[in-house]
This record gives sequence, structure tokens and C-alpha cells, in this order.
Amino acid sequence: MLLVEGKTINTDKEGYLKNLQDWSEAVAEAIAQQEQISLTDPHWEIIWLMRDFYQQFEIAPAMRVLVKTVGQQLGKEKGRSIYLMSLFHESPAKLASKIAGLPKPTNCL
Amino acid sequence: MTETTEQPAVNPKKLLFLNRKAPYGSSLPREALDAVLMASAFGQQVTLVFLGDGVFQLKTQQDPSEIEMKNFSKTFAALELYGVSSIFVEQSSLQKRGLTLDQLLIPAKLIQSHELTELLEEQDQVMSF
Amino acid sequence: MILHTVNRSPFDTNCLNDCLEMAAAGSSIILIEDGVYAALSKTQFTDQMLAALPKHNFYVLRPDLQARGIQDCIIDEIEAVDYSGFVTLCTELDKVVSWY
Repeated sequence: MLLVEGKTINTDKEGYLKNLQDWSEAVAEAIAQQEQISLTDPHWEIIWLMRDFYQQFEIAPAMRVLVKTVGQQLGKEKGRSIYLMSLFHESPAKLASKIAGLPKPTNCL
Repeated sequence: MTETTEQPAVNPKKLLFLNRKAPYGSSLPREALDAVLMASAFGQQVTLVFLGDGVFQLKTQQDPSEIEMKNFSKTFAALELYGVSSIFVEQSSLQKRGLTLDQLLIPAKLIQSHELTELLEEQDQVMSF
Repeated sequence: MILHTVNRSPFDTNCLNDCLEMAAAGSSIILIEDGVYAALSKTQFTDQMLAALPKHNFYVLRPDLQARGIQDCIIDEIEAVDYSGFVTLCTELDKVVSWY
């Protein structure tokens, strides 16, 4: 559960939003804070990319697919695991999905 | 928790997913698609086959908003990004349902039933949904 | 009179056949869920449906057609109804028989 701008936001036990419509930029900030990440522009461009991906395909991308998509859309320099890990710790696809208000990517057992 | 890297699996298996059910009558088609994405994210060699009412899963123009279900037909377009390009539709199944390839939402190859028999034999595992 | 509902694909089960055999002339039949595939205009069931059209009042549930992306591929003479139309049919007719 999160408290954002006086509103209670329900999350599952791993911290993913229960209702995807609850997401806002403020909610993203709150989730990121819990994960000890302070969001900067490089974070946001990944978050918006993930939300676009979900809009288009109804799923959150697996890591390999996230790397590929970032490379295609934001340039080769950014389309690397190392770069994404520098922003979102050791599990970028999972953490960025969580902050972007998406379900967990389908590659996590 | 594991997350896949850019490395392919060491010993990829040939996995065939056989889809035989219409899209919204049960949860099987969605579960099949999740399994396909997971297998390909783990670097397995995935083949996807649509047979019988399963071909209805690929019909264009699906919009299940009024029946309050998720439009998972949009996810088929992500298969290419997941490296799944081996997608077959059994010819007589499509024909019997009055559908043609241009009414399908992703590029698929037509396959005859006897070719499907052979394809099944070539796999390491076949998962039926 | 009876309202018959068919909710399974004719390619997958015998529901449509059984319903068409048992339904009295003048009764109403509504295709719902996977039953809407029976309304397709270019299948092995099309002739059977066309032959049954004069005997019954046929309906198909529009939200189920739209979900499956087949609203432009059905037999013209079958009337598409929304949920409210389905409810009206249920209340206007004496009883409902479900073929599933």
C-alpha cells in the first residue's frame, strides 16, 4: 500500500500496482522512493518507453526485449543492460515496470 | 528471481505450442501466449501453431472491452521482438472458418495437416493449449 | 415461447446442431460467447443457419462479436443486440434454454 497526495494506492506484496489506472507521475515517484531510486530524466524516458510498450502490446517487456527496444528508440548507447542497471539496479525490467505502473514482465518465474 | 540477459540459452530446446481454442471462451489461449513469451525470453527455440478454433485467436479487429476482458490479441505483435518468427496456421482450419491470411493480425505461414504431423515429430516438447 | 442460448463454438461442440434440431418453429435463438462463431457467413454452418433463419428469430450478442473481431463477417439477416436487448428478450419470453 502507498500513500500518495493523500490517496491510498493498493499494491500487491511485491509492490506492483493492483489497479493500473492508479498510476500517476507522483505514484511513480513514491514507488521509486521505496526502491531507493530518485527519478531523473534518463529514468523517465525509460518509464515512458515502457508505458508506450504496454499500451501497444498489453505486456511489460522482458529484459532482453527491453534492451532491444531501448536500443531501437533511444540509441545504441542506452540499449545495453549495463546502462539500464545503472538506472534501475540489478533487475531493470522488473523495477522499471513497477515504477511505470505496469504488471510484472512475463519472464519472471 | 532470475532475469534473462542478452545471452541465448546454453542448450535451447525445440518447443512447439499448439493452440486449439477460441480466444475468449477460456483462459487457455492467454496462458499459452504467456508461456510462449517466457520460453522465448529464456532463449528456447519456439514454434507456434494455430489449429481448429485456435485460428480465431489471430483474427484482426478484436476488441473485448465490452466483455471486460484484456485484449491480448495486441500481444501477438510483440512476438517478433521476442524473436518468435516460426508461426503457422493450419490451412483447412482457416478455410473452414471462412478466413484468409490477410484477416490475421500477424504474418503466419500456412501449413498442411500432414506437414504439421512432421513438425510435431521434430520437436523436443509439444505443449497443447 | 422459449429463448434458446448457444454459447459454444459450432466447430468445437454439437450445441448449435442440438439446438437447431430441438427448437420449435417460431422460437428465438441468441448466439452468445463462442456461440457467435455460428453467425459467420462463409463456413460449413452457414447453409444450415440460412435454412433455419425463416423458422426462428435469430439474434447475436454484439459485444461478443466485437471481442472476437468478426462483426463484419456475419450473416446479414441475423440481428445483433446489446446486453440490454438480451435482457429484454429474457424478460419477454417465457423461459430460457441454454445449450452449452
